[in-house]
Amino acid sequence: MSDKEPLFSAKNRKLISNPLNAQNPITIQVLGICSALAVTAKLEPAIVMSISVMFVLVFANVIISLLRNTIPARIRIIVQLVVVAALVILVDQILKAFAYEVSKQLSVFVGLIITNCIIMGRLEAFALGNRPWQSALDGVGNAAGYGVILIIVAFFRELLGSGTLTLPGLGTLQIIPQIVYDWGYVNNGFMILPPMALITVGIIIWVQRSRNKDLIES
Amino acid sequence: MKALRQYLDKIKPNFEKGGKFEKLHSTFDAFETLLFVSNKTSKSGVHIHDAIDSKRTMAVVVLALIPALLFGIWNTGLQHFLALGQADADFWQVVGYGALKVLPIVVVSYVVGLGIEFMFAQLRGHEVAEGFLVSGMLIPLVLPADIPLWMVAVATAFSVVIGKEVFGGTGMNIWNPALIARAFLFFAYPSKMSGDLIWVSGMSKGEGIVDGYSGATALGDAAVGKMAGLADGGVFDLWNSFIGIIPGSIGETSTLAILIGAVVLLVTGIGSWKIMLSAFAGGFVMALGFNAIGANELMNVPALHQLCLGGFAFGAVFMATDPVSGARTEKGKYIYGFLIGVFAIMIRVFNPAYPEGVMLAILLMNTFAPLIDHVIVQQNIKRRLKRVKVNA
Repeated sequence: MSDKEPLFSAKNRKLISNPLNAQNPITIQVLGICSALAVTAKLEPAIVMSISVMFVLVFANVIISLLRNTIPARIRIIVQLVVVAALVILVDQILKAFAYEVSKQLSVFVGLIITNCIIMGRLEAFALGNRPWQSALDGVGNAAGYGVILIIVAFFRELLGSGTLTLPGLGTLQIIPQIVYDWGYVNNGFMILPPMALITVGIIIWVQRSRNKDLIES
Repeated sequence: MKALRQYLDKIKPNFEKGGKFEKLHSTFDAFETLLFVSNKTSKSGVHIHDAIDSKRTMAVVVLALIPALLFGIWNTGLQHFLALGQADADFWQVVGYGALKVLPIVVVSYVVGLGIEFMFAQLRGHEVAEGFLVSGMLIPLVLPADIPLWMVAVATAFSVVIGKEVFGGTGMNIWNPALIARAFLFFAYPSKMSGDLIWVSGMSKGEGIVDGYSGATALGDAAVGKMAGLADGGVFDLWNSFIGIIPGSIGETSTLAILIGAVVLLVTGIGSWKIMLSAFAGGFVMALGFNAIGANELMNVPALHQLCLGGFAFGAVFMATDPVSGARTEKGKYIYGFLIGVFAIMIRVFNPAYPEGVMLAILLMNTFAPLIDHVIVQQNIKRRLKRVKVNA
């Protein structure tokens, strides 16, 4: 690769845009589903989770990419784990210090970012064979692809399940007005339960594939 | 009849390829085949068909549901007037009130469900499948009479889209669509689907209800240890539960009306007697077993009584026998039905939070039906292979 390649060449831009749609980690590769089910009952934890994953993924990608020529192939998984675990602990401590409430809601799922398949997958598939800048872009793209789905799912689950939207810094906003409840509307309790997260992800996959026929497997 | 046929033949070319309303072909086809047996001939494979196609099969099932529906309408009114302390309300008053409560639910269920079915058929360019004719009648019958109509619409839409169309439409669904609708409502709007206040129409508003009148179902009472109603002469004694003059979902209370429907299904050969029989047997055996243990109040309910309470009979006759979601091998039907009975009673007894164990039992066994069939088929293959080897 020539050094003159611009930072945002077409190829590099693809690293970010692909995971948002045709290579989406959740809807196409079906990775990271566990946290997508667990933290999407409200919008705020989903947003915080997306940011945390992006932080971990970008830095892990860059660090592993920098070390890629010095890591012996045999112990690469352990090295990756150490790097990811260190970053996750960092995120966990920061959340506990500055966003304690959210940190409590996310509970173990921050720690479980270590085992998020997307992170290990990107380290193995991309960072080990590419240069730091590309790896960073790949991390941003994949974490964004993950975050977009998480936020869409959380948006619908919280709106239909609780009638509210919780945004970081703004608190819980009542979106569905009281008058609608007076008419007899009732929040859908099923939306808060984990199965509905799975069904919502399924519907997103359905919509995505019916818009983009190339994604349909034969 | 002839005039109708002639009229259909006259307008038919408009809906064929190249006609004015080509796009509406599947809609026309749906009405034509509903009114008359299709005159299409097969191009390959089996060439001899019975005139009883799916549309006519479904019509028979709907017919079999009519006794339960009529009884449900009457009972809805009866329970309402009993709660008001007007046991002397005359027959038409009772039926009128019931009809006013029940028929809108039926209409909403059909309009929403068929609307979505037609939409999908048009979009995908295939014929309108007939599956919803039965589901549309089953859904109202498993709901309490006071359920808000918009919830019926939401649940119907959910069951048709997520329970059926996602898998490819009628005949491809894994679970019984009507039960999906009920399960959806049960988990989404528990305040309208469980508790003591919703089973008698008008109870939740609380206007004019007689002091001390309890609208609880037999199972609801038994779950909290109130067994007086279940004893002889009580509100829920065996006779009342069998006839069905007890609070409950619209169509499920009367075991008698359901058995009339069962006879229709069995005489016409549409429902599988193996599934029905083994479901009742499973429930009976399980209840007898619990009688022997007798560790809590629900365990002590006599076995025959258990089968008459809640939605057991309705589930066993109309839901478990669904040919799409149930087991298809003949031996498998016995296992499938038996386990439905066993699980229904088991869930009911062990988890008082889910008195309607029948719904969960059938959905669970729907999930396992393909596995049961697989095992039976593999066994058959193995058995026959063995015979080949012995002969060789």
